[in-house]
Amino acid sequence: MKTGAKILVESLQREGVEIIFGYPGGVVLPIYDELYDSSLRHILVRHEQAAAHAADGYARASGRVGVCLATSGPGACNLVTGIATAYMDSVPLVALTGQVPTNLLGNDAFQESDITGITMPITKHNYLVKDTADLGRVVKEAFYIAGTGRPGPVLIDIPKDVSTKVIKEPPVPEKVILRGYNPTYRGHKRQIEKALQLITAAERPVIYAGGGVILSNASVELVDFATQLGIPIATTLMGIGCIPGDHPLNLGMLGMHGTEYANFAITESDVLFSIGVRFDDRVTGKTNTFAPHAKIIHIDIDPAEIGKNKRVDVPVVGDVKAVLQDMLSMLKKNGLKDTWLKKIKHWKQHHPLKCPQDGRLHPQFVIRQMSELLQGDAIIVSEVGQNQMWTAQHYCFKHPRTWITSGGLGTMGYGLPAAMGAHFARPDLPVFDVAGDGSIQMNIQEFGTISHNKIPVKIAILNNRFLGMVRQWQELFYDRRYSFTELPPVEFVKIANAYGIEGVKVESPDGVMSAIRAALDCDGPFVMDFRIEREENVFPMVPAGAAINEMIGGHPK
Amino acid sequence: MKPHTLSILVENKAGVLSRVTGLFSRRGFNIESLAVGSCEEPGMSRITIVVIGDDEKIEQVMKQLNKLIDIIKVSDLTENERVERELALIKVTAEQGTSRAEIMQVASIFRAQIVDVGAKSVILQVIGDTEKIDALEKLLRQYGVKEFVRTGTIGILRGSKTVTRGK
Repeated sequence: MKTGAKILVESLQREGVEIIFGYPGGVVLPIYDELYDSSLRHILVRHEQAAAHAADGYARASGRVGVCLATSGPGACNLVTGIATAYMDSVPLVALTGQVPTNLLGNDAFQESDITGITMPITKHNYLVKDTADLGRVVKEAFYIAGTGRPGPVLIDIPKDVSTKVIKEPPVPEKVILRGYNPTYRGHKRQIEKALQLITAAERPVIYAGGGVILSNASVELVDFATQLGIPIATTLMGIGCIPGDHPLNLGMLGMHGTEYANFAITESDVLFSIGVRFDDRVTGKTNTFAPHAKIIHIDIDPAEIGKNKRVDVPVVGDVKAVLQDMLSMLKKNGLKDTWLKKIKHWKQHHPLKCPQDGRLHPQFVIRQMSELLQGDAIIVSEVGQNQMWTAQHYCFKHPRTWITSGGLGTMGYGLPAAMGAHFARPDLPVFDVAGDGSIQMNIQEFGTISHNKIPVKIAILNNRFLGMVRQWQELFYDRRYSFTELPPVEFVKIANAYGIEGVKVESPDGVMSAIRAALDCDGPFVMDFRIEREENVFPMVPAGAAINEMIGGHPK
Repeated sequence: MKPHTLSILVENKAGVLSRVTGLFSRRGFNIESLAVGSCEEPGMSRITIVVIGDDEKIEQVMKQLNKLIDIIKVSDLTENERVERELALIKVTAEQGTSRAEIMQVASIFRAQIVDVGAKSVILQVIGDTEKIDALEKLLRQYGVKEFVRTGTIGILRGSKTVTRGK
């Protein structure tokens, strides 16, 4: 005979869960009582949103399912932004929430909210468990759904009486069988052949690689394929890390803040091989001028992504890794496209990303110094905005799953908690959170969590006393009317100190390297407050709705 | 842009209907009509939805529906030969005398049945496709339609083809 809470904890252990990020409260008391002497590690965050982001960061860095736990009502509602963030970036997450007892459901009871209703559009699936006997099966299904196919968050809402009820635990089925859920992993052979024919016959092919490559752990296959045929790779924000940043075939990021050479190459390509991407508006700009001369091949595990935003000539539904493996096995030797690669080399030489050097402290320089010191052997997490774009552009990533950022939802405040989660996934690597002074203040209370648990996250704040990305748009498109984007100065080192965290303020370029070294040398968390040029912009930039080769802030053509 | 009739086989679980309708509203698709009921498979239900849109939009709706875990199969009946019906109940003002006789005449032309007769009104029951019911309602308007209730369209493929779970 077991309580529901015990069945829950044992089910989590059966799924191999090692860590939960959470915050206790009234209706999850039975679950917390069970966790008290369980071997499951629990990290107490300072706000439930951080629990969801931490579980998400853990999942992205490890490739495993992240788990967070919150109480009903406000606790559950505070998870919502974190769940939506995970949903937009296809991150496997299981969110556990407490609920008022079943006899009070729908009664507007204290701390009641309809969290399954609220999260319906931002979860892959969700459950309200009304019978303790269902708990074991539901947990098993939830992990299966979250981690297979196109991954995503699954929420399990557990009323208090379901946790406390004592029952004889029914056997949990060995295998999950869901009549309505059967993801396709192997691509259709004829489609793969068609795709290969198109690519090998192409004169100006480009690979457009996204988060799907990282999610399916297919970086090795991707780089192998690209190298054998000599095809350059442009990555989306989510795809960064699937090819080493210094690889000769790497074009860097494409799209709104992409490199000029990536956007030129896409625009001139005759075959666009799209892998694990979703033709997001930040990537394509105006869709009908995106890759206007190209036949488009698209591999994705989610059939709904194919043809959603752009017409595709050869769709292949399947897991990126499985499809690329099949392609590699069918590949025949083929000459490299020398003229095309020469042209790309020319663009790369004449249109590099700019890093101003005028003796003042520029954010691009800070990121490049981090890159030089860390040599790709670190996990870099970012917040959202200019800090995120400068990191994506100027840091040289060498490995997949070392770049963790909120792409689809663009959630400010994501970075610090996600960095905490990433540390528990990869304790062997240093973890840096690149932040802005705006976004760090969205979850700055997590200084408490990292201090309390001695989580050695290094926080690099690119402090310009502005909500920088919005200010940039106001400068460029709203006649410099800086409506509510200026922030008063904050001494972040003092805040850190108050939490028992060390830190240093840096005001000139000469202090940058020593600050990053000090952060690395410090055993615990560390804050670097970089006082950067206040009105620095992220360039190049494609204005919203323009074609991606019409960039501003680049080099003259 | 034409109406498509989608036949959707779902798990008979709490919340399935709101998952389906929620998906329509948040992705900007309009539901023209909706009918839900049990079906030949125990534990499953069938939802019939009529939605107006171009082929690409309908394809995207169907793909998004297929992603819902509790949805077992989605078919667009419109691509095939099919039978579609809905049922309507119409309460018409019918004073005794000529107008009542005329209404009964109209009803018999449409093969509608009079299912209730009151002192000042009658209730007609009619079964047919959407156009037939629209036509009857329009015709009855001159006598005064007090209340008009219709089910959503339901549909089934002609011949031996079915919208079932498959193997």
